[in-house]
Amino acid sequence: MSKSLVVFTLITLLPFLCYAFSPENPTDRKVLVLLDDFAIKSSHSLFFKSLQSRGFHFDFKLADDPKIALQRYGRYFYDALILFAPTIERFGGSVDSAAILDFVDSGHDLILAADSNASELIREIATECGVDFDEDPAAVVIDHTSYTVSETEGDHTLIASDDLIKSDVIVGSQKIEAPVLFQGIGHTLNPANTLVLKALSASPSAYSANPKSKLSSPPQLTGSAISLVSVIQARNSARILISGSLSLFSNRFFKSGVQKAGSPTKYDKSGNEQFSVELSKWVFHERGHLKAVNVKHHKVGETDEPAMYRINDELEYLVEIYEWSGKAWEPYVADDVQVQFYMMSPYVLKTLSTNNKGLYHTAFKVPDVYGVFQFKVEYQKLGYTTLSLSKQIPVRPFRHNEYERFIPTAYPYYGSAFSMMAGFFIFTIVHLYNK
Amino acid sequence: MVGKIEPVNGSVKSGSNNPTNSATMTSNAKSDLLNSLSFKSFKLKTKQQELLIRVSILFLVYVLAFITRLFSVLRYESMIHEFDPYFNYRTTLFLTQKGFYEFWNWFDSESWYPLGRIIGGTLYPGLMVTAAIIYWGLRFLKFAVHIREVCVLTAPFFASNTTLVAYFFGKEIWDSGAGLVAAALIAICPGYISRSVAGSYDNEGVAIFALLLTFYLFVKAVNTGSLAWALASAFGYFYMVSAWGGYVFIINLIPLYVLVLLITGRYSMRLYVAYNCMYILGMLLAMQIRFVGFQHVQSGEHMAAMGVFFLIQVFYFLDWVKYMLSDTKLFQSFLKITVTSAVAVGTVALGVGTASGYISPWTGRFYSLLDPTYAKDHIPIIASVSEHQPTAWSSFMFDFHILLFLFPAGLYFCFKRLSDATIFIVMYGLTSMYFAGVMVRLILVATPAVCLISAIAVSATIKNLTQLVRAKPKVSQISSSKGVSNVKSSSKGSLDQSQPFQKNGAVALLFGAFYLLSKYATHCTWVTSEAYSSPSIVLAARGAHGNRVIFDDYREAYFWLRQNTPQDAKIMSWWDYGYQITAMGNRTVIVDNNTWNNTHIATVGRAMSSYEDEAYEIMRSLDVDYVLVVFGGVTGYSSDDINKFLWMVRIGGGVFPVIKEPDYLVNGEYRVDKGAAPKMLNCLMYKLSYYRFGELVTEYGKPPGYDRARGVEIGNKDIKLEHLEEAFTTSNWIVRIYRVKPPNNRW
Repeated sequence: MSKSLVVFTLITLLPFLCYAFSPENPTDRKVLVLLDDFAIKSSHSLFFKSLQSRGFHFDFKLADDPKIALQRYGRYFYDALILFAPTIERFGGSVDSAAILDFVDSGHDLILAADSNASELIREIATECGVDFDEDPAAVVIDHTSYTVSETEGDHTLIASDDLIKSDVIVGSQKIEAPVLFQGIGHTLNPANTLVLKALSASPSAYSANPKSKLSSPPQLTGSAISLVSVIQARNSARILISGSLSLFSNRFFKSGVQKAGSPTKYDKSGNEQFSVELSKWVFHERGHLKAVNVKHHKVGETDEPAMYRINDELEYLVEIYEWSGKAWEPYVADDVQVQFYMMSPYVLKTLSTNNKGLYHTAFKVPDVYGVFQFKVEYQKLGYTTLSLSKQIPVRPFRHNEYERFIPTAYPYYGSAFSMMAGFFIFTIVHLYNK
Repeated sequence: MVGKIEPVNGSVKSGSNNPTNSATMTSNAKSDLLNSLSFKSFKLKTKQQELLIRVSILFLVYVLAFITRLFSVLRYESMIHEFDPYFNYRTTLFLTQKGFYEFWNWFDSESWYPLGRIIGGTLYPGLMVTAAIIYWGLRFLKFAVHIREVCVLTAPFFASNTTLVAYFFGKEIWDSGAGLVAAALIAICPGYISRSVAGSYDNEGVAIFALLLTFYLFVKAVNTGSLAWALASAFGYFYMVSAWGGYVFIINLIPLYVLVLLITGRYSMRLYVAYNCMYILGMLLAMQIRFVGFQHVQSGEHMAAMGVFFLIQVFYFLDWVKYMLSDTKLFQSFLKITVTSAVAVGTVALGVGTASGYISPWTGRFYSLLDPTYAKDHIPIIASVSEHQPTAWSSFMFDFHILLFLFPAGLYFCFKRLSDATIFIVMYGLTSMYFAGVMVRLILVATPAVCLISAIAVSATIKNLTQLVRAKPKVSQISSSKGVSNVKSSSKGSLDQSQPFQKNGAVALLFGAFYLLSKYATHCTWVTSEAYSSPSIVLAARGAHGNRVIFDDYREAYFWLRQNTPQDAKIMSWWDYGYQITAMGNRTVIVDNNTWNNTHIATVGRAMSSYEDEAYEIMRSLDVDYVLVVFGGVTGYSSDDINKFLWMVRIGGGVFPVIKEPDYLVNGEYRVDKGAAPKMLNCLMYKLSYYRFGELVTEYGKPPGYDRARGVEIGNKDIKLEHLEEAFTTSNWIVRIYRVKPPNNRW
């Protein structure tokens, strides 16, 4: 009875289990959305709807809801977090900035949107991810040349940017024609952080200042150093999106037409919807997620993996690389995957050839150096998951009986040795019996 | 030539005569007693009695040499000591498990990561093979011993064997009485015990036996001129080469000895046969050891032997020409031409060989022996080892005790009765004493020579004294019973009458000698039990109530590594602990006690003396997972990493000039308290040693963070680690292990 109950429970749970985020199925499923107030849910409904239509389950909560929790006993309830609460000073429940960073560090994704009055908490989380918002709380990004033409001659804080990151993986293969509307605060990338990327940059004429006060001193952030939207792929391939503008995701911006100042073309619809939807696909691992499996190496002509190679062995190295398409693993095709045979520095660096079915392959000769080597694949391609494979393998020198036994150049020595022996033998006989 | 043999034979004869005399006297004294007890069956002939006494003394000495080395087993347990023995133990284990060919071809990927080490080609396999053969032999005889027990007891066993060799050597150079005394002296001499207690499973334990055996066999070969003895000495040399790098001493001392004999006009056919056979066969045999290889013909250290080999051929040739030529004038001119051309050819050959790089120059270790200040200036890695320091007078006294002043007396006796054999022992004694003065650990090499020469002094003195004591009433008796008695004793007998109180003086001197010898025995036993029987991997101290406190932190830490770290984890530590980590922790190390790659060690030294973030880069590049430091601040254990730290700085700075020693010193003073140099207070080694130490009260009445090993309050109590985290600290804080964190996830 109890057994069947267990089986029954398992069967009913199975769909959920299958849905769960896993290395085998890396797309996020359960997403927690923290909001300042529930009005955002409706004002940004287009964005959420597009995600929901792709199969995501949302859990909308107020950011100061005392019941929110990301994990219990080390198990996370959600696969991703959308933080649309730019003004929140303190989260409810057990969540704080450290908890959110832990959430990311354990491999979960985060979309964070700040706004012109972003709280210290939001800024702190961003800083921890390598994004520094303008310290002036009242400052917003102003651009007097690439603002969007609108009905009222505004203060040029609603800017239209088309300086997107040049990566099909991050912003999609379909070109975003219309500029992206942005209204909010700018940030810079911490130069010490090598993982953060500008997804949407401001134009060279932009600067960050308080639009209401007179500009008394040169602004801190100027030009294309200002990033409007940034993405980070952490080392554990958790992905983070940080936007300086919450309204970038709003229905209003999605629907509004856009005309960039000084540009004759007027677009009926801004690029915001395409931009944010495509970015969310990247953040939620529907695109650009690679996996490498079946790393194998063996001597040419053999199939078993040896525990150790000998110097000057011929070997083959094989690895299968697949890309997650959002639904299934598909072969990843590229001509720039390289393997290193590495001991403190690469002794061999080979580009792997692929059979277009995901299998990458190369063959090379072990260098004439012994030591503990590694097969290293360090594949870091913009937007894709970093593949960092290393497999340790010792390389030994020749054994005592693996050297050439007879060397042609040594024949004079062999000859002299044997003639000496024979001569000595004859001499002995002559010396002993010739008297 | 025949004339040359005679003094040797004469010395042997007189040597064997004297004990017979004394034995006769004993037997005479005892015969009445035996008769009265009417143990007719026990009545032995004089010769047999003498043999019985000699054999039983030797047997007792043999047993004594073994059991005096067992203090460490009784005090602690049957365990391997110190650092190098752990490597030897690990390799022996491998040899017994996988067989000789696997051992010979062993490429060890667990040490010197990522370079690896060809174990089979970089060690002297004699010790391991010896232990393995003993092990297999015992197994064959159905003794179910563990290989560790064999390894622990190998050194005492060979020390016992050394006493036998010492007996025969003493007999060869003086007489059997001196041989017995030499055996007894060497059995308990602290200079030798320091390297051969149970558990000290090191090359030297076997090598001293091999060294003395080679010398003995060579001297025997020179004395007899027999090819068989020369062959035996070549095999002894082969065993020595297979066991220890100290064989270089043999291959330089023997040519030197031959050269001295040539110069002093003691050239003989016996010498020619002995040296040629020993050198050629010994060289060919030594080439079979992979680690030595072609060094005998290619390295500067071995060139002296080759030069003397050619010189002795020239000598032989000249001898022959002299025999053929009757004209002395013609021979004189021929001699001049030959000698000049031979020397010229030799010099040119050496010059061309050195210039072309065929003959390698002398190594740093060799230089540092000839010039004690060389290592200090040029090779910090040699100078950093405590056993490579110049010897202090006190340690001579500690290791030799009365032998120190018996040694000159023995030299006197040797010079008084000069023969080929005594010249050898004199040269051995003098050269090894010089080397013993250069390096502490070479006291070991000098010990056999000192024991032998002292034994000559003791034996000759006591023999003379006993003869005096006995001689007076029995002077006539001896001369009558032994008509052919040597002139010496009878002349002494006649001398006796002229001096009053001679007998009393002799008795008093005998008592003095026995007092000194018994003092020597007590001193040796005390030194063995107190100083040389500590395994140094388990530390012992006296508690507040006089009880013994055991600090077993090393094994605790290595066991933790074995149990709690991934199989392929790489451990970075200073090289002293490398062998122990691989042997006991079974983990890969970056550097170990086989200091073959100075750059690699300097890299570790650099990491230890850099700031944490710089060190992190170095550790990442070496794939380091854990860092192990030894810290004695809690227990007052003074040979910890902070006290070794300046050597890390020096060795690191020797390769990477960014590390500068003055940065770690304040006015040339090494400090760890508040006045320490800022770089010192923030380098990785300081941080890892003193992490969280500022919270700890170590001694009553002292502020927290009081370092008991250095007796100061530490200068940086607020240590924060960024890239490392504490993984394990042993119960007495002696070993601290830190995990290297992976790079920041979001940066």
